[in-house]
Amino acid sequence: MTFKSILAGAVLGLGLAGAAVAQDDPLKVGFVYVGPIGDFGWSYEHNEGRLAVEEHFGDTVETIYQESVPEGADAERVLTQMALSGADMIFTTSFGYMDATVNVAGKFPDVKFEHATGYKQADNVSVYSARFYEGRAIIGHIAGKMTKTNKVGYIASYPIPEVIRGINAAYLHAKKVNPEVEFNVVWVSTWFDPAKEADAATALIEQGADVIMQHTDSTAPMTIAEEKGILAFGQASDMINFGPNAQMTAIIDNWAPYYIERVQAAMDGTWESTNTWDGIEPGMVEMAAFSDKLPEDLRAEAEAMKTAIAAGEYHPFTGPINRQDGSAWLAEGEVADDGTLAGMNFYIEGLTGEVPQ
Amino acid sequence: MIRLEQRAAPAQIWTFATPIVAVLLTMIAGGLMFAALGTPPVQALKTIFYDPLFHPQFASYSRPQLLVKAGPLILIAIGLSLGFRAGIWNIGAEGQYIIGALFGAGLGLAAFPSESTILFPAMVAAGALGGWLWAMIPALLRVTFRTNEILVSLLLVYVAEQILARAAVGFLRNPDGGGFPGSRNLAQHSGTQNLELFANSGLHWGGVAAIAAVIFAYIVMTRHLMGFQIRVAGESPRAALFAGFAPKRLVIFCLGFSGALAGLAGLFEVTGPAGQISIDFNSGYGFTAIIVAFLGRLNPFGILMAGLLMALTYIGGELAQLTLSLPGAAIQAFQGMLLFFLLGLDVLTNYRIRLARRRGA
Repeated sequence: MTFKSILAGAVLGLGLAGAAVAQDDPLKVGFVYVGPIGDFGWSYEHNEGRLAVEEHFGDTVETIYQESVPEGADAERVLTQMALSGADMIFTTSFGYMDATVNVAGKFPDVKFEHATGYKQADNVSVYSARFYEGRAIIGHIAGKMTKTNKVGYIASYPIPEVIRGINAAYLHAKKVNPEVEFNVVWVSTWFDPAKEADAATALIEQGADVIMQHTDSTAPMTIAEEKGILAFGQASDMINFGPNAQMTAIIDNWAPYYIERVQAAMDGTWESTNTWDGIEPGMVEMAAFSDKLPEDLRAEAEAMKTAIAAGEYHPFTGPINRQDGSAWLAEGEVADDGTLAGMNFYIEGLTGEVPQ
Repeated sequence: MIRLEQRAAPAQIWTFATPIVAVLLTMIAGGLMFAALGTPPVQALKTIFYDPLFHPQFASYSRPQLLVKAGPLILIAIGLSLGFRAGIWNIGAEGQYIIGALFGAGLGLAAFPSESTILFPAMVAAGALGGWLWAMIPALLRVTFRTNEILVSLLLVYVAEQILARAAVGFLRNPDGGGFPGSRNLAQHSGTQNLELFANSGLHWGGVAAIAAVIFAYIVMTRHLMGFQIRVAGESPRAALFAGFAPKRLVIFCLGFSGALAGLAGLFEVTGPAGQISIDFNSGYGFTAIIVAFLGRLNPFGILMAGLLMALTYIGGELAQLTLSLPGAAIQAFQGMLLFFLLGLDVLTNYRIRLARRRGA
């Protein structure tokens, strides 16, 4: 209460009367973003989720956010200040906030924390992530069919399980429909650096790639693909405005349903610490409209694959699959377990190059 | 017509007045920007400058945080200031900060789970050594090949960032982390942690080192021959040559000293507030410290105050984002204004403004 009354007092003091403090305190929900909300990628989609929460709950929630929070020493302070400002629930939307989230959660046992893409849970810390590899399997299939040079350029951020899983899923499904296909993976060591990503895209195209995939957050590779008249896939959000001809589809992170569900649970008093890893089925991973530049039968195949994955009839990592060194990973018909997928740090057979260690 | 006339000697009064005037002008220009964004300017400025210190709800937490944030800035800026006064421009403190952290953390992780009492001091030494070595690259290139230390030190930042990323996902990765990037958390292990020395004070060993560096730099600059050489070299390089001062030794000393302090700052951060080597461990301290050094007029006590002021704008800026929903970019623009006005007003130290009538006619 003290904080609200002081804020109200300050507002009144400036002659802007009318700051009514509601009888029932709204649930205060905080969001911490690693990038600017205008990145049109990762942080943008998390902020879309926040806006959806505001729209869904109206006056019963109040949201606050902080953008471009570095994943180092500053995260813990930002989280603490957010909790001190009266937040009841805080979403920390990047992997690097993991230890800071757990530390601050220990100091504020009444605040509920939700950490994206991490693995450390606590009584008041839930973790959640999306099975982006389901979308990667679909774009791999499309890439395998659409490439004419049989060279796919892949702009990767950092060699972490999430990214390696994406490369494997895409390659596996490209190879299934096109045994000649080669993946050229470039590690740019950044999540968001339009200039670097654009350079990588240009270099890949010069080396013969006619399809570009990216696991970085800016729209720069899409823009380059559009300029050079080749094909690409949007990452994290629909990038059709940046590549109206180039974009074949996009893997969209849709956090809104999860955020609404969790805020609802907090309001109802049913919130518990959980570990969520959702895919296409509940809508956490969405595919942007398949481009009408794709042949009709390919669009139908992609739709069918999406439906099968959503229904649980098809798992993108179904054996037989060998590791890059030729050793067996999954036997015929065997499906990868979540533990192995979560910590995946090896390439599958056929990929060239090495996972940087 | 307005004319600038060079002063015979830098104006003493402006040397001290420009930082204050710059802060005031920043408040006015920043206030206008906040108003344009629809936030009452007085409230925004109060949130940035007053609330972190005196707000009943936040201050007890954010006041000690000022020291946590200012510590590495002061430590790095002190190191840079000696070189800057001698005309030796180390722009790559960010890289030296990273390498120092990697050296120190590498030692701590290699010894894990040792709880030896000499481990932490050894890590501190390794941190300083790492920063010093990284700074020796531009230093030796300058004294042997006369390369430009501004370019070399700056570009080495990007090299250091690549090594950092490689360390976080590769050779320093936590073996118990399930393949995720990032090292073990050093702050959670008693042999390697750098915690607050007094509860809720915000003072850890990095803060102690920063204060020691301020005093050390003051003594060197006022009482030691090296300080005299630095001042002469900066103000009159030819006089320094005639006096027989060895310019190469000065380059090596200044770059090495600033590198070692930046490395120390990195070590204290990675063992304390940051806790671990991660892909984005460096968060711009090495670059912000350049602003701090100039804001403090390259004077040790000025840098102490400037570091605290800069930390205040960071923490207050975060509060403003949180409570007033100001965009993060507005806070960065606000900090940018501070440097802009400061450097702009520097003209007044060396020049006098004259309103002169056009001649002739």
